Amino acid sequence: MSVATVADVPRPVAEVNAAGKFLFIAGTVLLCAWVLVPIYLLVVNTLSSPQEVSGFPKTAIPSFDFGSLQFFLGFAGVVRALWNSVVVAVLTMILSIGIGAPAGYALSRFEFPGKATFRMLVLMTRAFPLPLLALPLAVMFIRVGLDDTVLGLALVHTTLAIPFAVLITFSIFSGIPIELEEAAWTLGCNRLQAFQKVVLPLVLPGITASAIFAFTISWNEVFAASVLTVENRTLTAFLLQSLSVSPMHLKFAGGAALVLPALIFIFAVRKYLFAMWGIANR
Amino acid sequence: MAEIVIKDVAKSFGAFTALHSIDLTIADQEFMVLLGASGCGKTTLLRIIAGLETPSQGEVWIGGHRVDRLPPRERGIAMVFQNYAVFPHLTVFENIAFGLRMKKVPQPEIDRRVSRTAELMHIEQLLKRYSGQLSGGQRQRVAVARALTMEPDVILMDEPLSNLDALLRLEMRAELKGVLAASKTTTIYVTHDQVEAMSLADRISVMNGGRIVQAATPVEVYRNPAARFVGSFIGNPPMNFIPAMKVGEGKWQVAGLTLDGPKADQDRLEFAIRPEDVTVTPGGLKATARVVEPLGAHTLVTCDVNGAPFRAVLESDLRVAPGDDLSLAPKSDRVRWFDPETTMAV
Amino acid sequence: MPQRALPYLLLLPATLFLLVFFLYPFLQIAILAFSSPEGFTLKPFQTMTTHWKFGTTLWNTILLTAIIVPIQLVMALAMATIVTKLKTGRNAILYIFTIPLGLSDLAAGIIWLAIFEQSGFLNSVLVGLGIVERPVLFLGYQNLWVIFVAVILAEVWRATAIVMVILVSGMGLIPKEYYEAAEVFGAGPWKRFLKVTLPMLRPSLQTALILRTIAAFEVFAVVVALGGTTLPVLMGETFNWQFALNDRNVAAAYALVILAISIASTLFFLRVLRTPKGATI
Repeated sequence: MSVATVADVPRPVAEVNAAGKFLFIAGTVLLCAWVLVPIYLLVVNTLSSPQEVSGFPKTAIPSFDFGSLQFFLGFAGVVRALWNSVVVAVLTMILSIGIGAPAGYALSRFEFPGKATFRMLVLMTRAFPLPLLALPLAVMFIRVGLDDTVLGLALVHTTLAIPFAVLITFSIFSGIPIELEEAAWTLGCNRLQAFQKVVLPLVLPGITASAIFAFTISWNEVFAASVLTVENRTLTAFLLQSLSVSPMHLKFAGGAALVLPALIFIFAVRKYLFAMWGIANR
Repeated sequence: MAEIVIKDVAKSFGAFTALHSIDLTIADQEFMVLLGASGCGKTTLLRIIAGLETPSQGEVWIGGHRVDRLPPRERGIAMVFQNYAVFPHLTVFENIAFGLRMKKVPQPEIDRRVSRTAELMHIEQLLKRYSGQLSGGQRQRVAVARALTMEPDVILMDEPLSNLDALLRLEMRAELKGVLAASKTTTIYVTHDQVEAMSLADRISVMNGGRIVQAATPVEVYRNPAARFVGSFIGNPPMNFIPAMKVGEGKWQVAGLTLDGPKADQDRLEFAIRPEDVTVTPGGLKATARVVEPLGAHTLVTCDVNGAPFRAVLESDLRVAPGDDLSLAPKSDRVRWFDPETTMAV
Repeated sequence: MPQRALPYLLLLPATLFLLVFFLYPFLQIAILAFSSPEGFTLKPFQTMTTHWKFGTTLWNTILLTAIIVPIQLVMALAMATIVTKLKTGRNAILYIFTIPLGLSDLAAGIIWLAIFEQSGFLNSVLVGLGIVERPVLFLGYQNLWVIFVAVILAEVWRATAIVMVILVSGMGLIPKEYYEAAEVFGAGPWKRFLKVTLPMLRPSLQTALILRTIAAFEVFAVVVALGGTTLPVLMGETFNWQFALNDRNVAAAYALVILAISIASTLFFLRVLRTPKGATI
């Protein structure tokens, strides 16, 4: 034992640590660059004039010319598509939280027969490529007059967002001890009052985060949007449709328009991402 | 006036029966402790009285009204929860005032009552804080104050001290006793801590396996356990039990010793004695000391009697070493007998 | 007593919604894929499988998934490990790592288009360094493999964040004591990762793999943005048959293929990465 320790004198711990530390920092920097550089390049393109965007070679610093953006916003149908995207996303947000949150609450607060079945139904949706729903729904929507409407698309996006809404609100409600509600009952509240006065104020930030998440799901969705809308295109559907025909600077400005809100949203919900996924795992 | 009457209350969760037909009457202004190990049904019983759980059968009466189908808010109760359940989004003041606001009590009256209970619980200086800024003990005080402000007929407490550290628990225990006695409410207090139960209760209901095994004063429960379980659960260290065989009318042989006992029909009984109720006197039970633990005032000696462990609490002046042979004589008026079949006292 | 009905009342809207907008449409797809004006038929499937593009399409999709998902897993594990080890700047790094989570696949496609297009940044660098003389047309049908690589890069770039988030929250659930115990018994950092982190992370790995694999089978907008129809994938072909070729039955058949491989891979991961009963944290 003592021979062995003398024989292989270990390198000083500090030296090993320093090497490891360098590797660690280098890896971190590299991964950050991997995420950030492509976004930066899109920004460069967006803030360059149309001539620069199709010119060659590119520079790494934008000329801060708003020609591309002006062209994008002036392009026929863009403002309308932006507006449609916002409306669909807001509808999706309201519908998915309005429908999902009560279910999440029920799952977190009650034990009842059928609970497992419902959880199965929700989890099952994960194994299905949901955007494909748009295909049969397109037919159904024609029959009921919802074809090519923002509401119709919002319904499909809600289907995409509901499983998340249910699981996320479930985990948020589960984070509020039931004793708080019970305490409110013993202090004179009925169920609804206890919910309003105690649960709601406590879950509001989390619910807002999951609403934003639902907004993002809708905002980013391409396939169903392209299938279901013709005149009332959302931004994603509009961009996809015009990919093969539109000039480069239009694509990049459009890409930037897609990215910007998403950046803000992720920043807004960053505190909740982990809490949401931690429990939604199970 | 709030006498609580529980008639034939039972509760099952699916196939699991948490409570078997409980009958219990708690007098007005009585301090009743429900004592038992976890899973014995004590919390379920408390929650049924509170209205947080619906009994599968039976009736609950509070102050002459049948309440078992009423929601908690209509029962005239207040409750203190194990983890305090202080609302994190409200200040201490608003927490204490919460119930009064629900009752639409006018503001001046709220101010008066909140400051009075806050004073009583020594939390006047905390009224503007949020629960995140409070220590465990302070939260506990807020929870009690919140219940007291309601001036309820009945206060229900679910292990309110179990999350506090030992010293604080001691302090709070004494304080709770004083405050609750002064408030003149009927109190039901759930705990698994027998010391807490003994020190607080007017009466203790010892529960086991969903049944109340004995409901009596602390001294009675300690001295005259109604069942083997009570003797083995209460007291630290617990009672010693030795099998006894009938050798004549009222004569029982216990580990080689013949003792006077009850004139019972059974052939076998269990002899029981508390560890502090033996003396080192010749002619007692033959014991061999195995482990000797000096505890200051006393010495706890774990011995071997007839091949089974037997604990004795002896004077610390007595020098005992492991391996010593002792003769332990039970104090005859402290000996209890149990029927091994029914486990009940004889 | 209404108390008993309350949970069902609360679940009712979600259940109805999922029945109408999830189960019913999927039944419709299944019916559509097996029907013609004459009734039950396998014709849509025959049309699909005998079409010259079908083999490549299926192969492309599966190959893309088989390459993308493992890369993402390794990168996400690295990122998650970094994040859990970080002391200063943890929040900033975390935010940076999670940014792509909020981006659509279309945006990701466009972003990588800026790099790979003929007058893009990659060509600018290559010409600037003198590696090539004139900008190369990367995203043409002559350079199919470059499109392939570009799609992989864009997908790895975009969707690694979600895997990382799931893994980070999973790592947060592993009690520190296990690492300390392993260290006391002589396990180095690498051994600790292999013997403690990975096994305990199994439920999170399962969730992440299922989620990502299914999403990878649905790859669509990235491919369209980078390669148009040069690189056919299942979702793109579904879209094509629905609109360009106007045959909804074949589109439905494609949808069923995606569904089938999605369910198959879900079952695969559920089985392979199942946690033995009682072995949870």
